[in-house]
Amino acid sequence: MTWDRMQELMWPATWETLRMVGLAGLATLLVGLPLGLLLVLTGKGGPLQNQAVSRALGVIVNVGRSIPFVILIVAVIPFTKLVAGGTSLGWQAATVPLAVGAIPFFARLVETAVREVDGGLIEALKAMGAGTGTIVRKTLLPESLPSLVSAFTTTLIALIGYSAMAGTVGGGGLGDLAIRYGYQRFETAFMWVIVAEIVIIVTVLQLLGDLIARRLGHRGNYRSTLSLLRAAKAAKAAPRAEKTAEDLASSH
Amino acid sequence: MITTKGLTKVYRSRGRDVLALDSVDLHVREGEVFGVVGTSGAGKSTLIRCVNLLERPTSGTVTVDGVELTALAGSEQRAGRELREARRRIGMVFQHFNLLSSRTVQQNVELPLEIIGLDRHDRRRKAAELLDLVGLADKAGSYPSQLSGGQKQRVGIARALAGDPKVLLSDEATSALDPETTRSILKLLRDLNQQLGLTVLLITHEMDVIKSVCDSAALMRGGKVVETGQLTDLLADGHSRIARDLFPLGAFGSGAADRTVLEITFQGDAPAQPFVSQLARTYQIDINILGAAVETIAGRLVGRMRVELPGSHTDNVVPIGYLRQQGLQVDVLDLSNGAAA
Repeated sequence: MTWDRMQELMWPATWETLRMVGLAGLATLLVGLPLGLLLVLTGKGGPLQNQAVSRALGVIVNVGRSIPFVILIVAVIPFTKLVAGGTSLGWQAATVPLAVGAIPFFARLVETAVREVDGGLIEALKAMGAGTGTIVRKTLLPESLPSLVSAFTTTLIALIGYSAMAGTVGGGGLGDLAIRYGYQRFETAFMWVIVAEIVIIVTVLQLLGDLIARRLGHRGNYRSTLSLLRAAKAAKAAPRAEKTAEDLASSH
Repeated sequence: MITTKGLTKVYRSRGRDVLALDSVDLHVREGEVFGVVGTSGAGKSTLIRCVNLLERPTSGTVTVDGVELTALAGSEQRAGRELREARRRIGMVFQHFNLLSSRTVQQNVELPLEIIGLDRHDRRRKAAELLDLVGLADKAGSYPSQLSGGQKQRVGIARALAGDPKVLLSDEATSALDPETTRSILKLLRDLNQQLGLTVLLITHEMDVIKSVCDSAALMRGGKVVETGQLTDLLADGHSRIARDLFPLGAFGSGAADRTVLEITFQGDAPAQPFVSQLARTYQIDINILGAAVETIAGRLVGRMRVELPGSHTDNVVPIGYLRQQGLQVDVLDLSNGAAA
């Protein structure tokens, strides 16, 4: 395959991937951010403390995160058709399972990032006479913003990975191209070119995300993606134990 | 200004009830600096957080500036509108400052004004005034991470004053600071108290804080207020634990049966009299000074001295009477249990 031919195939696929990830990313942000906040607010000691809601949300998020993405694509086909107007094929349709898969992932990262906000700040806001909405707008979101940016970067990168899988079920994009040409037609060189392109996209995205997070976090409240992921994992493993320890520490 | 009646707080911790506050009655008069002192775990932090209802007392009432806060709606997590409005008139400063790291100093001070709903122009003006008041006008554009601990606390104080509160609550405001910075912050609190007529309720574990700024004090132990009053009154009371802690005089003397140990407290002009040498000359007795300290407390010069006289209590009735005649307060220590008799 010539370089010209490769380019001819790659540009539309790149565009598809970016649109798919972009649209799914937007949907993830719009749904995942409130969901993550709600997990914090309804959680123990939160201003909207509600065990039933908190548990239900927790279960939904955990189940969503546990289902392998390939299965999720198939499982949500009826929903996809509903949203995408009757079809489950094409990049537009692929954004639906992408968003469905990424929302719980992002929501957990949001929850972890927002929980990192010092309880003393929330207390200070309460002492000033702030209500819950004010606390969210003036403290929780701005103080966790660098971490939220990190979390969103991580989510977008995960979406690029997912989008390769979505490609195999007719979503199009770079992953689809790599499998159809590189793998099934033994165009190994082309496959590697596509892989290299994905690596470049991911790297640029990560650098950009880190840059923004670091700039926002020039006041020392920045946490790297890696440490957030680790914290999220630890919280998932032992959410109760960690929280009671925190509660004890904060109440005295 | 602040009155608590029968304030009780019970925590449930691992299935057991912990009594953090045990029927606390406190009265803070308008315009005074009131200090609550006690070791950690004595319940003083819970007490101050119950005053603006950051913690809901299990029972009892809190009244601040005529408003019974405990009667206002809301839970510990979520306050009702009336309580939120009442809180806007109560400033609070914290041990760890609790400044927003994403906001500049100026923006931090503006925060309570945003909550009140002041417009941008007024917020700027007010914040500039307050920063000037706490001596940080040049740091308005800095972020908290660029400030020292003392500067952060000054920002915290400016922020607490933004809503023109009548009452300032100080939760161990100087405990994270070094001694010199502590002094400057305490001086600031004292100045604000005098200039603005601000009523200050502070909690601390340091007697020095009580000594340098407070008009009145309460000693807490095990969730109870074991002693409370104005410092000048407490100092005049030989039995006062607070007074004793303010003046740690050290050794109690030889403890021999034929000796009398006196504690002499003098306030105001009394130290001008050379009473020790007068006593020695008049009664021809040898006086052994065991310990002495002179301090400025609540703006008054106060001194305390522990002396040992030869002979038993009954032998010394006349010299003791002489000292009392001089306007000194004299307590005879009963050495068998180390307390004032």
